[in-house]
Amino acid sequence: MRDIAIVSFVQSDCVRDAGARNEVELIMPVVRKVLDNVGLESAQNVDFTCSGSCDYLQGAAFAFVLGVDALGAVPPIKESHVEMDAAWALYEAVLKIQSGQAESALLYGFGKSSPGELPIVLSQQLDPYYLAPLWLDTVSSAALQARAMLDSGEITEREMAEVVARSRKNAKSNPHAQLKGDVSADELLNEPTYLSPLRKHDCCPVSDGACAMVIATVEQAKKWGKPYAVLKGIDHRIESAHFGARDLTKSPSTEAAAKAAGVANGPIDIAEIYAPFSHQEIILKKALGLGDDTVINPSGGVLAGNLMMASGLSRIGEVAMRIINGECKRGVAHATSGHALQQNLVAVLEGA
Amino acid sequence: MSAQAEVLQQAFTLGFTYTRTTGLVVGRFLTALRDRKIVGIKGSDGKVIVPPMEYDPVTAEALSEFVDLPDTGVVKTWAWVKHPRGKHHLDKPFAWAQIQIDGSDIPMIHMVDAGDESKMSTGMKVKVRWAEETKGFITDIACFEPA
Amino acid sequence: MSDANKEALEPITGIESPVYLDYNFTAGQATARFLTKVKEGKLVGQRCPSCRNVYIPPRGACAACGVATNEEVELPHKATVQSFTIVYIPIPGNPIKPPYVIANLVVDGANISFLHLLSECKNEDVRIGMRVEAKWKDPSEWGFAMENIQYFAPIDEPDVPAEEIGRLKDA
Ligand SMILES: [Zn+2]
Repeated sequence: MRDIAIVSFVQSDCVRDAGARNEVELIMPVVRKVLDNVGLESAQNVDFTCSGSCDYLQGAAFAFVLGVDALGAVPPIKESHVEMDAAWALYEAVLKIQSGQAESALLYGFGKSSPGELPIVLSQQLDPYYLAPLWLDTVSSAALQARAMLDSGEITEREMAEVVARSRKNAKSNPHAQLKGDVSADELLNEPTYLSPLRKHDCCPVSDGACAMVIATVEQAKKWGKPYAVLKGIDHRIESAHFGARDLTKSPSTEAAAKAAGVANGPIDIAEIYAPFSHQEIILKKALGLGDDTVINPSGGVLAGNLMMASGLSRIGEVAMRIINGECKRGVAHATSGHALQQNLVAVLEGA
Repeated sequence: MSAQAEVLQQAFTLGFTYTRTTGLVVGRFLTALRDRKIVGIKGSDGKVIVPPMEYDPVTAEALSEFVDLPDTGVVKTWAWVKHPRGKHHLDKPFAWAQIQIDGSDIPMIHMVDAGDESKMSTGMKVKVRWAEETKGFITDIACFEPA
Repeated sequence: MSDANKEALEPITGIESPVYLDYNFTAGQATARFLTKVKEGKLVGQRCPSCRNVYIPPRGACAACGVATNEEVELPHKATVQSFTIVYIPIPGNPIKPPYVIANLVVDGANISFLHLLSECKNEDVRIGMRVEAKWKDPSEWGFAMENIQYFAPIDEPDVPAEEIGRLKDA
């Protein structure tokens, strides 16, 4: 595949309730900033624009269309949308560039989850005959997975607490994080269970916000004269919608995507993993084939703030910016979608 | 810059009042539920899947061999809901569980009304509590209870 | 239902599974500003700093330029009919008896239209370019809604040529 340059990335703060801001007011600041970073005036200056969001989150049909008001889309631009995390919008843009239909793209994701009851809204992602009518929410399905992990001996509750403690600590240097601070695994283990075996801190918070990214062919990035990280590989895979048909203690879709994206082709300095629940980071670290020399979630990850439909793209942006800033040479970013890690995307990034 | 306006809010309910056609496989399962029975389906590898799937998740082969099963099973994994949400079917603490129906290989997800978390354990035996009136819907199984 | 009846039941081929989700909608900042002014009996749009177009109701952005709109512009209550339709079909929950006129109206000084009711004239006399004015309800009934204006009614002014409706005039 053609190397693709990630040139610019911007994320908003993760906040529990964006209050009076509508989708345009959420998107516009990050889109403006990400374009300014490259020296572009509007979406007219890229060949393709793609976004990721889910109208069910705020209960506003076609909210994603209203979001286009933030772009300067007159005269009409080439534009697309995925009803998924914007990491998959990136995937669509990569295909567009690979197939020679574009040299550059603007991507953004946004989520305003505060108007609804997010875990219940997401229950309607499930099979509409067998599961959605039961209102199996996302925290509950993750808890089933966590118990399976604990029962299998793959993890301990202490290891889960250690994931959370590290997230909170790393998030201290992330200005956009919602939850941060110094807390020990012992303190966390003293907390009562919330949805046993999960404690409240094992679950990501609900956040409102947005993120945006500009990518281009390496040739175009050089013309812009901006530093960039190179996307060396990207792949995504999905598992059965029947929970029982999956081994919840493993993530074969992540494993397959990691293999296809070329994670093992070199050492990995950092990994940003989209694990909305603490035990999932342990499953994913294993599926990605990462050792202890890889720094996991230096941003704090989504346990520190989870922008539904934007956090996946943010993971990729986090890694890209750390490569651009010279903090590391090679990194992996992961995005997930659906219940209990049903669908997973893996991207490998390197320095220019 | 304009001055801040007050936040205007309005609670509302969004209804998706769809009817769905079931297809033959799902329809067969729901028809059996109406008769207070559970049927599974044989996958490509001969393993019995409940609730039945139309296609094998690995080989994508169309499945058609139904298997009659009892209304008892074993808990494979579970989670304890201390604070049921408004939409949940049980309004007191309950468990979600993956339940392997006796005679099947692939477990199904449903609720277990065990009264207390201490009554729940992986490997415990459970039995269907049928709804008072069955209509051909997944909630014809009101929940499972310790057997 | 007795078991004997059950035997006679047809196999299940469809299900009804209505889903109801509860939300708390929050209006955007621009919408909240606009509705707050409507509650005071004023029509306040926003001007794009780039192309100078005036939007009402404002959404906080110029869709053409992709920039935030902050500058507020209080507009008069006169408007021009840009387009219209005569509704003959009763709409469930709508108290207005058909036939009635719904029109795309461009308020003087604005560059986009909004929908509102048109009344106090024969439906057949409504035409593109027709001049109209807002008829507000009694202030005691005002809330955060465009229904504060009961409808627009014709005024005795010459029609605006179609190609001039909603075009920016040099201020
Ligand atoms: Zn403009």
